Amino acid sequence: MSTLTPSATRRKKAKDIFSSPLASGAAVVIAILWTIPTFSLLVTSIRPETDINSSGWWTFFTNPNISFENYEKVLFVGTGVNPPMFQYFFNSLAVTIPSVIFPITLAVFAAYALAWFEFRGRDFIFFSIFALQVVPLQLTLVPLLQLFAKGLVIGDTTLIPALGITGTYIPIWIAHTIFGLPLAIFLLHNFLRQIPRELVEAARVDGANWFTMFTKIVLPLSIPAIASFLIFQFLWVWNDLLVGLTFGAGSKSVAPMTVRLAEMVGTRGSGWEVLTAGAFVSIVVPLIVFFALQRYFVRGLLAGSVKG
Amino acid sequence: MRNTLWETIAPNLTLLVISLAAFAAVIYALFLIGSRASVRWQGWLRYGIFLGPAVLLLLVGLIYPALRTLWMSFMDKTSENFVGFDNYLWAFTIPEIQIVLRNTILWVIFVPLVSTAIGLAIAYMTDRMKRASVIKSLIFMPMAISFVGASVIWSFVYNFEPNENKPEIGLLNAIARGVGIEPVNFLLNAPWNTFFLIAVLIWIQTGFAMVILSAAMKNVPEEVVEAAMLDGASNWRRFIRVTLPMIRGTVVVVLTTITIATLKVFDIVRTMTGGNFQTNVIANEMYAQSFRQLNYGQGSTLAVILFIGVIPIIWYNVRQLRLERTER
Repeated sequence: MSTLTPSATRRKKAKDIFSSPLASGAAVVIAILWTIPTFSLLVTSIRPETDINSSGWWTFFTNPNISFENYEKVLFVGTGVNPPMFQYFFNSLAVTIPSVIFPITLAVFAAYALAWFEFRGRDFIFFSIFALQVVPLQLTLVPLLQLFAKGLVIGDTTLIPALGITGTYIPIWIAHTIFGLPLAIFLLHNFLRQIPRELVEAARVDGANWFTMFTKIVLPLSIPAIASFLIFQFLWVWNDLLVGLTFGAGSKSVAPMTVRLAEMVGTRGSGWEVLTAGAFVSIVVPLIVFFALQRYFVRGLLAGSVKG
Repeated sequence: MRNTLWETIAPNLTLLVISLAAFAAVIYALFLIGSRASVRWQGWLRYGIFLGPAVLLLLVGLIYPALRTLWMSFMDKTSENFVGFDNYLWAFTIPEIQIVLRNTILWVIFVPLVSTAIGLAIAYMTDRMKRASVIKSLIFMPMAISFVGASVIWSFVYNFEPNENKPEIGLLNAIARGVGIEPVNFLLNAPWNTFFLIAVLIWIQTGFAMVILSAAMKNVPEEVVEAAMLDGASNWRRFIRVTLPMIRGTVVVVLTTITIATLKVFDIVRTMTGGNFQTNVIANEMYAQSFRQLNYGQGSTLAVILFIGVIPIIWYNVRQLRLERTER
């Protein structure tokens, strides 16, 4: 993109003439207002406990006392029956990695089939999956949990046996996979449909079978779309509370950080020094991902919501 | 302490590694079988291998549970006896649940409208601005923060100090004291507390609206905007007459997307007030009924009511997609 398109140069000109300082000022003010709450969390988390409780966080700038004790305390010191945050941090990672890999893999497969195979009922399946995107999680929670705990038995025939996986990561992974699939399939399908027909047909003529075609053509071409969805699903899983809470079955050894943080707020036993440090530990990973890969994230959002 | 930490983490780490390896091995094996099979077999195998897993998971994990929840909403708390519409009568007649429904309606009205309006304003203000990306990033940032994290952040902003002799450490109440207003217990006083919770979700969703709408504005043809400028249209008129009509479709998409997210929100209410002080919403009450009271009948009914709320949106979306496909 070394040369500007005619419309872009025109845009630039219009920009110079019409950008109003009032509008810019207002936008800056809103951006500052939007950032203050998060910023105050960060500042508070690095102040000593006595300072936090005796003065507002803004006094930090006139009386800068820095202490990392809060982080030390929240990360490595447990409270009674509760393990320290480090354990939950690990759980968040262990919950998130498979919950991102599984649905993306299955979704690329399904999107490939729906975009390139010709068969009856294809549109029906595609539209159903599209509609499933907005089904509230709440509608499936209890039966899905019972399915994990008791299996699926109709009459005397056992369709799915009780799996005995309650209290491990596995139900959380499966639940996230299921809930992530509709959007993933929809996004990837839209993307794969844009691959030119000729490419597919040429490969067929060359004798490529459906499986080599997938690994040789589809997979390399869909890397950008996969990257977009990856960030999407990562943020969604890492930040999720409901699935971790219900499918984690209350087990402390698998609960993600969001569950622990919500619990800490609820019990009130934890003061601001632990809450702010704990909250920051839980938001720092998504924030890094967000700022590093914002471009791909935006691309994914646009593909998902701006049609055409 | 660090040693015992490792003791709980080690088996979990093993499970993680084994599961990932097993998943990779299964996929690899399926591909091996698929690509070695005869052409005739491959014709069938490809459906099973590529489409099968996703369709099966969605059938067993989404469609079957949804239908079962619908059935459970007509049964009693243990799903043993048929009770007809009793649970629905309960949902629409008990005063506590009416507050829950009222609050949910407030959320669904205010969050989409306000965040879309602010997002639209920022998108328009920054549309022709140099170096707007920093501003946009900052406003967009809350999208990366979990609802629980946002709840902690905002609980701190709303913090109320009951002891008058101690300084306010919450930003809003410190400002209130500073200008001589009586500090407010933001999360306690109904019905205003609901609006303070709503503000948290608006804070999160505005960035989303801004990003999507900003991209749509970039697609408005420059000729159209210039023509309006030459006609001497003011900024405001240009926005109402030119920009807004041209991005109407996107505005609708943003509104519906935020509406769906708002209907399902429960983390904020659960974390900040626990649904107390008349701030409860359907999604949180559904959780409470199903997982605390263990009343599956009433919990399922609330889930179904949530679903009924999104049906018009599903219908509209499918229709739009159909139209789009026939246009191509």
